[in-house]
Amino acid sequence: MFEITNLHASIEDTEILKGVDLTIHKGEIHALMGPNGSGKSTLANVIAGHPAYEVTEGTILFNGEDILEMEPDERAQLGIFLAFQYPTVIPGVSMANFLRMAVTNVRNARAEREAGDGEAKKMTPREFRKLMREKMQVLHMDESFATRYLNEGFSGGEKKRAEILQMALLEPTMAILDETDSGLDIDALRVVSEGVNALANDEMGVLLITHYQRLLNHIKPHFVHIMMDGRVVQSGGPELAHELEAKGYEKLRAEVAATA
Amino acid sequence: MVATPKPQVDIGDYRYGFRDEEDYVFKSKKGLNREVIEEISRMKGEPDWMLEFRLKSYEHFLKRPMPNWGSPAIHEIDFDDIYYYIRPAEKQGKTWDEVPAYIKDTFEKLGIPEAERKFLAGVGAQYESEVIYHSLREDLEKQGVIFLDMDAAVREHPDIVQQYFGTVIPYADNKFAALNSAVWSGGSFIYVPEGVRVEVPLQAYFRINAENMGQFERTLIICAPGSYVHYVEGCTAPTYSTNSLHSAVVEIIVQEGARARYTTIQNWSKNVFNLVTKRAAAYKDATMEWVDGNLGSKVTMKYPAVWLMEPGARGEVLSVAFSGDGQHQDAGAKMVHAAPHTSSQITSKSISKGTGRSSYRGLVKVHPGAEHVRSNVICDALLLDETSKTDTYPYMEIEEESVSIGHEATVSKVAEEQIFYLQSRGLSETEAMSMIVNGFIEPIAKELPLEYAVELNRLIQLEMEGSVG
Repeated sequence: MFEITNLHASIEDTEILKGVDLTIHKGEIHALMGPNGSGKSTLANVIAGHPAYEVTEGTILFNGEDILEMEPDERAQLGIFLAFQYPTVIPGVSMANFLRMAVTNVRNARAEREAGDGEAKKMTPREFRKLMREKMQVLHMDESFATRYLNEGFSGGEKKRAEILQMALLEPTMAILDETDSGLDIDALRVVSEGVNALANDEMGVLLITHYQRLLNHIKPHFVHIMMDGRVVQSGGPELAHELEAKGYEKLRAEVAATA
Repeated sequence: MVATPKPQVDIGDYRYGFRDEEDYVFKSKKGLNREVIEEISRMKGEPDWMLEFRLKSYEHFLKRPMPNWGSPAIHEIDFDDIYYYIRPAEKQGKTWDEVPAYIKDTFEKLGIPEAERKFLAGVGAQYESEVIYHSLREDLEKQGVIFLDMDAAVREHPDIVQQYFGTVIPYADNKFAALNSAVWSGGSFIYVPEGVRVEVPLQAYFRINAENMGQFERTLIICAPGSYVHYVEGCTAPTYSTNSLHSAVVEIIVQEGARARYTTIQNWSKNVFNLVTKRAAAYKDATMEWVDGNLGSKVTMKYPAVWLMEPGARGEVLSVAFSGDGQHQDAGAKMVHAAPHTSSQITSKSISKGTGRSSYRGLVKVHPGAEHVRSNVICDALLLDETSKTDTYPYMEIEEESVSIGHEATVSKVAEEQIFYLQSRGLSETEAMSMIVNGFIEPIAKELPLEYAVELNRLIQLEMEGSVG
C-alpha cells in the first residue's frame, strides 16, 4: 500500500537520495537503519513533502495514488504522519489549539472520504477534548500540557511524547518515526515505545528510523532495512539489526561495496 | 429612507467596506476656514470659551508645519478636500429604535447592539461627526458614573469639562491635535467617581460613511481616586478610492490609586489616514494601561502616552500592529517619568506582509530627579515575506542616573520549518501562517476580554487569507 520506487531527491543541487526502493504493507513495522548522512531523515522529509527538497526521479505511491505532487497538508489528510526528530517551536500557540485544528482537519477529511456522497460525521469540540484527555493519559502526560505553547520549553522527552500524542490523535495509516528514540532516557523510551506499540495496528504501516538497536528492543519490527549513501542497500528480518549491531556500519559498508 | 449598503470588494478582504446612501441633516462644505468652525460651534450651541478654544487652535494649526517624520504619505492629505462636519441626524437615540433605520442597520451589521446586550455596560455609537446613540447601565448611572458624548458633556457638565479639557493634550501639542481642537465633534466623556469600579467595559464605536470625510472625535476620561474603568473603542469605514482622515484626541486623567484601561481595535478601511494623539496623566499609585490594536487604515501614526506624574504611578502599553499591502503602521508608545518611583512597560508586536511596513516608534523619558524609575521596552517584529518591511525608532531621554531601563528588540521571519511542521499536521499553508501570527500576538491577545481576542484573531485570519499561494 506504500511503495517507494527509484526515489531520487536533492537539496540545493546536492543529490541525497539516489534511488530508494521500499515497500510497506498495512500492519507491517519496518525499521530503517543507517549511519549519519545516509539519507534517512531526508527520506522522511521527502515523504512528508518538505518544500526544501526537490524530487528529481521516482514515485511514492500511497494506496495506488502518487503523493509527490501533493502539499504536505494533503498528505497528512490522506493519513501520512511524520514524527519529527527535532519538532519546531511555535511560540504562543497552545498544544490544545494546535491539536484541535490538526485533528479536525485530518479527521474531517477522512470522514468526508469515507462518507463519499453521504453526510460526513464531523468531530465536535467536546468529542475532541475527551479524546485528547484519553490519549494524554495513555502517554502519561499531565493535563497542563494542553495549555503549554507548542514545543516551547519542552524537554527532549516531552517533545517526543508530544509527537506521539499527535500520532495518537491523527490516527495515521502510514507513520514515519524519525529518530524518536534519540535524546530519551530509558523511562521516556519505554513510555514512547509503549505508546507506539499501542497505536500500531493491522491498518497501519510504520517506518521506524533509528540509529540504534536499542529502540528495536521495545518495538519489534517485521523488517529491517539498511540505508547507505542514499539507497537501501540491504533488507532482512529482525536479525539484520542484531547483525548490524555486532558488525558495525563500516564492516557492512565494505561488504556492500564488495558485492556491488 | 432605504438602507442601501453596497459591498465594496475592490480592496482585499475588508468586510466593513460597505456604505450607506447619504441622508444627512447637515453637511458642511468641503474645506476648512473660520466660518466652518463658527458654524460647527453655533450648531452645537457651545459656550464662548469653546469657540475661542477652537479658533485659537485653528490659528495654530495653520502655522504649524506638517510633521517631517513618520509616513511620507501624510503629505498627500489635501486639507481643502475634506468634509469637516456632518450631522447625520437631528437628535441622539437613547434606544436603537430612535436611531435612523439605515444607521441602525449599519451598526447591527457591525455587531454593536448585540455586543451591548451581551457584555457591555454602556455604548456610544458615532456616525460621521455625531454620536447618534448612547446608553449606560442604570446601576452605573446611580453610582454617579457619567458616560456621555463629548458634546453633551460640554452642555451638561461644563465645570468638569472646562477644568480638564485640553490639559493633558494642549491644542499646540502637534499639528493634528491642533486640527482636532479646532473642529472636534463627538467622542466620549467619562467620569468615574471616587472608589467606583466599572467592572464591565464601556464601548464607543466610530463609523465613517461619507467619502472624503474627516472624523475628529474628542474623548476625555477622568478616573477619580480609587476608581476603575475599561473603555473599548472600535472603528471602521467604507472603502473609497479617495482618502479620508481620522484625527482624534484622547485625554485621560487617572487620579490617586485609580486604574484605567483603554483598548482600541482600529480597523479603518485602507483609504483612511489615522493620525491620533492619545495621552494619559497618572497620579500617585495610579495605573494606566493602553491596549492598542492597529489593523486597518492606510497610514496610522499613533503613540499612546502615559505621563507618570507622582510616585507609584505605573504605565503600560501593549501595542499590536498588522501592516498589509500598501499600509504603513507607525505605532508605538511614550512613557514620560516625571516623578520618582514610577514604572512603565511597553510591549509592541508588529506583523508586516506584502508591501506593508510597520514601524515601532517609542519614547522613554526620565526627568531629572525622577529616581528609582523602572522601565522596560520589548518590541518584536514579524515579517511574513521578503517584501514587507519593519523598522524601530526607540528614543530614550534619560536624565537621571538611579534608574533601571531595559530594552529588547527582535525581528523574525516566519520560518519555512514552522509552516512545514504545521502543514504536516493537516493545516493548509494559510491556516499555518495564521496560527503562527496569532501565536506571535498571543501575549497581547490574552490581555483582551475574550470577545475582543476572538475578534482580533478573526481579523488577522481575514488579513491572512489570500496572502500565500
